[in-house]
Amino acid sequence: MEVPEIESVRWFFTERGEHLDAALKTQAHVHAPAEGFLGKYVFSLDHKVIGKQYYALALVSVFVGMVLSWLMRFHLVWPNAKIPGLEIIAKTGAPGGIITPEYYLSLLTMHGTLMVFFVLTNAPFAGFGNYFLPIQIGAEDMAFPRFNMMSFWTTFVAFLVLITAFFIPDGPPISGWTAYAPLSAVGKDAGPGLGWGQNLWVISIALFCVGQLLGSLNFIATTLDLRAKGMTLMRMPISTWAWFITSAIGLLAFAVLLPACLLLLLDRMAGTSFFIPSGLVVSDRLQNHAGGSPLLWQHLFWFFGHPEVYIAILPAVGIVSHVLTNSLRKPLLSAKVIIYSMMSIGFLSWMVWGHHMFVSGMNPFSSLLFSFPTLTITIPATIITLIWLGSLYGANLQLNSASFFALGFISMFVSGGVSGFFLAQPSIDMYLHATYFVVGHFHMVMGVAAIFAIFSGTYFWFPKMTGRMMNETLGMLHFWITFVGTYCIFMPFHYLGLVGNVRRYSSFVDDFMPALMPLHKFITIAALTTGAAQFIFLFNLVYSRFRGKPASDNPWKGTSLEWSIPSPPPWNNFGGDRPVVYHDPYQYGLKGSTGDFIMQTSPEKILNE
Amino acid sequence: MGKLFGVILAIIALASAYPIVTHMYVQPVDISTHGHAIDEQLADTMAEAGLSFVLAQLLLAFCVWKFSNRKEGAKVFHLPGGAKLMVVAAFILVGTEVLALDVLGQKAWAEVYFTAPKPDALQIQAQAGQFAFYFRYPGPDGKFGPLHPDKIDEGNQNYFGLDPANDVEARDDIVTAELAIPVNREVHLLMHSKDVGHSFYVRELRIQQDFVPGLDLSLHFTATQTGHFEILCTQLCGLGHYNMKAYLNVLSQEDFDKWMKQKASEQ
Repeated sequence: MEVPEIESVRWFFTERGEHLDAALKTQAHVHAPAEGFLGKYVFSLDHKVIGKQYYALALVSVFVGMVLSWLMRFHLVWPNAKIPGLEIIAKTGAPGGIITPEYYLSLLTMHGTLMVFFVLTNAPFAGFGNYFLPIQIGAEDMAFPRFNMMSFWTTFVAFLVLITAFFIPDGPPISGWTAYAPLSAVGKDAGPGLGWGQNLWVISIALFCVGQLLGSLNFIATTLDLRAKGMTLMRMPISTWAWFITSAIGLLAFAVLLPACLLLLLDRMAGTSFFIPSGLVVSDRLQNHAGGSPLLWQHLFWFFGHPEVYIAILPAVGIVSHVLTNSLRKPLLSAKVIIYSMMSIGFLSWMVWGHHMFVSGMNPFSSLLFSFPTLTITIPATIITLIWLGSLYGANLQLNSASFFALGFISMFVSGGVSGFFLAQPSIDMYLHATYFVVGHFHMVMGVAAIFAIFSGTYFWFPKMTGRMMNETLGMLHFWITFVGTYCIFMPFHYLGLVGNVRRYSSFVDDFMPALMPLHKFITIAALTTGAAQFIFLFNLVYSRFRGKPASDNPWKGTSLEWSIPSPPPWNNFGGDRPVVYHDPYQYGLKGSTGDFIMQTSPEKILNE
Repeated sequence: MGKLFGVILAIIALASAYPIVTHMYVQPVDISTHGHAIDEQLADTMAEAGLSFVLAQLLLAFCVWKFSNRKEGAKVFHLPGGAKLMVVAAFILVGTEVLALDVLGQKAWAEVYFTAPKPDALQIQAQAGQFAFYFRYPGPDGKFGPLHPDKIDEGNQNYFGLDPANDVEARDDIVTAELAIPVNREVHLLMHSKDVGHSFYVRELRIQQDFVPGLDLSLHFTATQTGHFEILCTQLCGLGHYNMKAYLNVLSQEDFDKWMKQKASEQ
């Protein structure tokens, strides 16, 4: 509904707001302020606390995942070097501190699982989304605060279950984050870690799905039902749109992975044969299964797995667009086109899963069918990139840690995107599949790019979340090392792939691989350095939380609703008021009463509109 | 800082392209009849993707250099053409690229997968298991004996589960750990897995195909050069995955016949 932008009618909306408020008091999403330590910080119903809990969980996961990648990189280039202390955690996996081939695969599996699920899904989507989606649409909380709390704690239990795998005698699973059947399905005959380690993995991911389903439902209901007066769908910030589209993808994707995990669990524990065919002889034992299909698991997994890539990257696109527009001090060429492009990406994400399976043994004709939408998806992705680049032209770009990481994101998104051109073609994939080229591709476009967006969002929203500014000097140091370091790590992966260096090998025993060792050493050194720089970020986060400069309500001169409330926001966000929205979210680069911007809540007229 | 970003990003873009342009890391020699199509497609894609990469990075570097830290209150302005220009550009540039790659790029794929092997192709069976490949030749009768998974006994070197006592066809089958093939003759490889998923990857043949438990797949290819090449497993199959390999031995027809005779006498 269009709201007349005239000061004299404001009383009307305020009154209606109060009226609405009274009606809403009886509704589920309105709850009393939390009391006591448990209610405030642990079993909190407040979306802001839950958002921070997700963020904290992602932070723990990302550092664990990073240390795992260090161990892998270290082992690849110095296979016989002792890693002091490792034998305490992994008695059988790393006797005497030297990593065994199977422990390498455990590290690889846990690294992938932690990063994809607990970092790339939790931080940009569940973390920031929970905190800022309700605020950006002017809601007091999520539509279902109890579901929300349940969603986080289910995810937390999933995390504990996964981490437990490190401490059981069997050790963590070795079947990779994709857990291809029948390796993951036939049990401990197939190798170490495939007994209880794999069980824990499947249970953890199933729980994770439940958490995400609750969260996605909540995001959708909140966006559709709890928008403030005047907050039409097209007046929502791009970040909110991204979380909204992502939650629609998540609702469908995790609804497929959950039953897939349950079927795998049945194959493992109840003797069913969904993914196991007859006549398999594993470790000299004929397996008592018949009739299943290993490709069924791959189809179910990637039907989830490819949309999952967009679950990680779309919120990143949203966050970066939001931060970038603020830093440009002018609107993007078109926010609408970015939103429509995100929708097309979300839609196309359901038609491309087979490109992970070109050489898997599925019908070779379907490879061609999957190739076309995969290549087509680059069109909306290119539109988004060109809009960012075109919007930079003529901007008054404000440089700080947040905007640098947003610019870094664009660079990574392009670098990781162009390598997709190769892998989307079945004929080239025949050569490059399962090489380091693929590893380089997805680390850049999904891993690092999304993490750059998380950093950007953190530097940008930290003042709002804590009431304190982050240290800019440390932020800059963090950015430069990370930006250059990331390229040093992941660009060479593509070169290795072109030579045919196979991924998921714990050591390079093949005749042609020793020649590539210098490049591997370079990557390892870059990874250790870049990883170490992340502790600067961690320090900055903790230090600024307690000692940072106090932040004003609107330190970046932002326009969206989160900047219209105190830093940090009160428990009910808008102090019991219902905000009224008068404008599109990005009114920058004009003459407003407060400067070069007009806030969404400001009833003033836009002169040059 | 904006200028520094521009310079560093430009250096990164050019430094990333350097090893590609100077061919520092390239695929090994191609010994297949279909591989040249893959190599050409790879080169074309590299040219298009590489150019897009360098241009986009340089554009980003330039814009940040030019439009950051401008004077206080500097007037912002918009790119003429706006979003419409960008959408049209994306559709034309990427759209044609997508169509071109998609249509042209299927040649090699079609050659490998959409043409049946010739009837006179040499049939060889390949079995993948944790963590070794085994190959079986049908012997003089030209027929493979049936497989009995329950009879697989690695200790007695019965890798395939053959039963020569009861199956006449199995008696002259030749089982080896290396894949010897004659040069310039089409090979029809019948693939199956004994236990979990594996893959058959020969870089020089430009071929990669998974072994899927429970599914009998096949590949066909022709090697054009003699030599010794590595066959790698590229599907994660367990703790010995990194060490699962075999050799492809491409021999002249005479050498192949000799090799075959010798192997037959060893059985």
